[in-house]
Amino acid sequence: MYSYVWLLPGFPLLGSLLLILFGPRLHRRVVATIGVGSIAAATVVAGLVTWTFLTHPPAGGGVTVRLWTWMDVEGLRPGIAFYLDALSVLMTLVITFVSTLIHFYSVEYMAGDEGYSRFFAYMNLFVGSMLTLVLADNLLLLYLGWEGVGLCSYLLIGFWYSDPANGRAAQKAFIVTRVGDTAMALGLFLLFHRLGTLDIQALLQAAQQQWPAGSVYATAVGLLLLGGACGKSAQVPLQTWLPDAMAGPTPTSALIHAATMVTAGVYLIARTHTLYELAPAAQHAVAVVGLVTLLMAGCSALTQNDIKRVLAYSTISQIGYMMFALGVGAWAAALFHFMTHAFFKALLFLAAGIVITAMHHEQNIFHMGGLRRELPLAYWAFLIGGSALAGLPLVTAGFYSKGLILWQALASPRGGTGLWAGAVLGVLLTSLYTFRLIFLVFHGELRHRPTHRPGWVMGLPVAVLMVLSVVGGFVNLPPYLGNRPWLEEFLETVLPAPVEGHAPFSELGAEVVVSLAFLAGLGLAWWLFVRRRELATALATSGLGRWLHRWWYTDWGMDWLYDRLFVRPVTAFATGNRSDAVDLIYNGMAAVARAGWEGLSVTENGRLRWYAAAVLAGTILFVAIVALL
Amino acid sequence: MFALGLVGLLVRRNLLFILMSLEILLNAAGLAFVAAGARWGQADGQVMFLFILAVAAAEVAVGLALLLRLVHHHATLDADAASEMRG
Repeated sequence: MYSYVWLLPGFPLLGSLLLILFGPRLHRRVVATIGVGSIAAATVVAGLVTWTFLTHPPAGGGVTVRLWTWMDVEGLRPGIAFYLDALSVLMTLVITFVSTLIHFYSVEYMAGDEGYSRFFAYMNLFVGSMLTLVLADNLLLLYLGWEGVGLCSYLLIGFWYSDPANGRAAQKAFIVTRVGDTAMALGLFLLFHRLGTLDIQALLQAAQQQWPAGSVYATAVGLLLLGGACGKSAQVPLQTWLPDAMAGPTPTSALIHAATMVTAGVYLIARTHTLYELAPAAQHAVAVVGLVTLLMAGCSALTQNDIKRVLAYSTISQIGYMMFALGVGAWAAALFHFMTHAFFKALLFLAAGIVITAMHHEQNIFHMGGLRRELPLAYWAFLIGGSALAGLPLVTAGFYSKGLILWQALASPRGGTGLWAGAVLGVLLTSLYTFRLIFLVFHGELRHRPTHRPGWVMGLPVAVLMVLSVVGGFVNLPPYLGNRPWLEEFLETVLPAPVEGHAPFSELGAEVVVSLAFLAGLGLAWWLFVRRRELATALATSGLGRWLHRWWYTDWGMDWLYDRLFVRPVTAFATGNRSDAVDLIYNGMAAVARAGWEGLSVTENGRLRWYAAAVLAGTILFVAIVALL
Repeated sequence: MFALGLVGLLVRRNLLFILMSLEILLNAAGLAFVAAGARWGQADGQVMFLFILAVAAAEVAVGLALLLRLVHHHATLDADAASEMRG
């Protein structure tokens, strides 16, 4: 079965190619069949591969499928080769499955759109790139997928290109992630320079042998790769592109947030975990970046009024949790949260899509309200997805994954009570902004009656994801609930087990604290946005509250800062340099030659005697020079 | 004599006189060669004069032919009239 692994990225890429070449001439039904079918085929392959992997685990935990050598230059021999181990199998399965649901949903959501085939072509390419990234055996192929994902995000965010704002959002996403990609490219150069290979497994082994713990190179590479991960996964300080990425169609947002793109950074760090084990400083930086991101994004999410932007900030914050988990050495927990997050975030975005179409593309949550009875499916989807996001104890997937992260952060010697407390505060914020969103959209009095109800094509994926958002957590039950850490055991063939240190209280106690934080957030949201609505308004409009509200609403002023720090100087320089300073030299040379020509052409008057006189004068001058010197 | 020829070349507008000034210039150069040969007792000066004489004859033949064409074309001997080859 392993020899068919190439079909995984192969099917989506083929689908994309077909749609690009023939898409506009095909009937919409055919386009939808190709678009959804290619991803569904990849899902089937992923299922079969996973089945083979589970029943006949390869020796050493991983298997390489080498198709051909990409190039062979001076010792650099990257192959078009795929590597399968527990990590890539899990990622592949989640990506293909969630993508299939999102594609299926798009068939109805995008039904009226002009760029129907273009949309599916980009979406297929997106999934194909992501699968290439996840399956790549060497960092160069991974980088190809990495850039492919960046390209597709650009294409899809700017999908409705006739509005210049969408084009700007797309450019912003492209440029900001490019900053991270540059850091990552430098990291790859450094790795190749020091270790002489880009094959991930060989490279990690070489690093372990050649570099001592705490080595400068490991730290530098770790930080550079973290820079790349920050760009792709929208972590502080490169998180500013993700909220603007909401300009794309809603299924695109679901795809970017749940299955592809933003989890690439998490995957990269998990994949190169050996380097971070060697560089505790870099790993600590990952944890700090994650924590800062999750808190900042949580505060920003509290103040947004666009339904999709709230979800965007919640994604940034949840990816922050994953980074945080990677940083404290809870490797498997990060991947567990990736999986549950893929389910509930896809669910939330697809449900948001239903609300948005029902409300005539109205996205302001303050213009909604009371939709509970009008859109029951979306309401339940939001309730389940939101509960999973906030971590409703015992029954939702998010509770188990987040609980695992927090417990391991507390117990691990790389974590500690300080980091843990920050992350618990994040739980409170998550719960607060999630239920603020739900209460504002679905409770209260009805403002606008929705006009459009979703058909079964949009309903089915939502229903499937609702189920998964509940049961997705049961694959890894904590010790106090039967102790079935299947996912952790599965991933421990690749990722190191978390280091158990001394924790101030037991796992059950930690979970109780987290649950209390969740309940506090829920209660606060209920009190502020259902019971005493005027209090929330007063809080947001008076004194310090207003100032904070504005600060958080603008994403902590990061956009403002970057605008002042980078955008304006660069545009000012470009405007000032419109007539190219370097060109002045060459234009000057041309001007001198031209002036010389004009001056000399005056002497060329066709008068014979004038020429004779000139010859005479020249001769006299020449003789004089010779005589005098 | 050289200076006389040169001045004639520069100030006259009549092409015939310019040619004649040219002859004077050549003769001045020839005279200088002969005089120098006589002074140092060398035959080279006289040999060089013979060359100059030949060149002068050829030059006058070409010059007069051009002059005839010019008169034919412009009906004048003014050298400045033939100044249409401007840069």
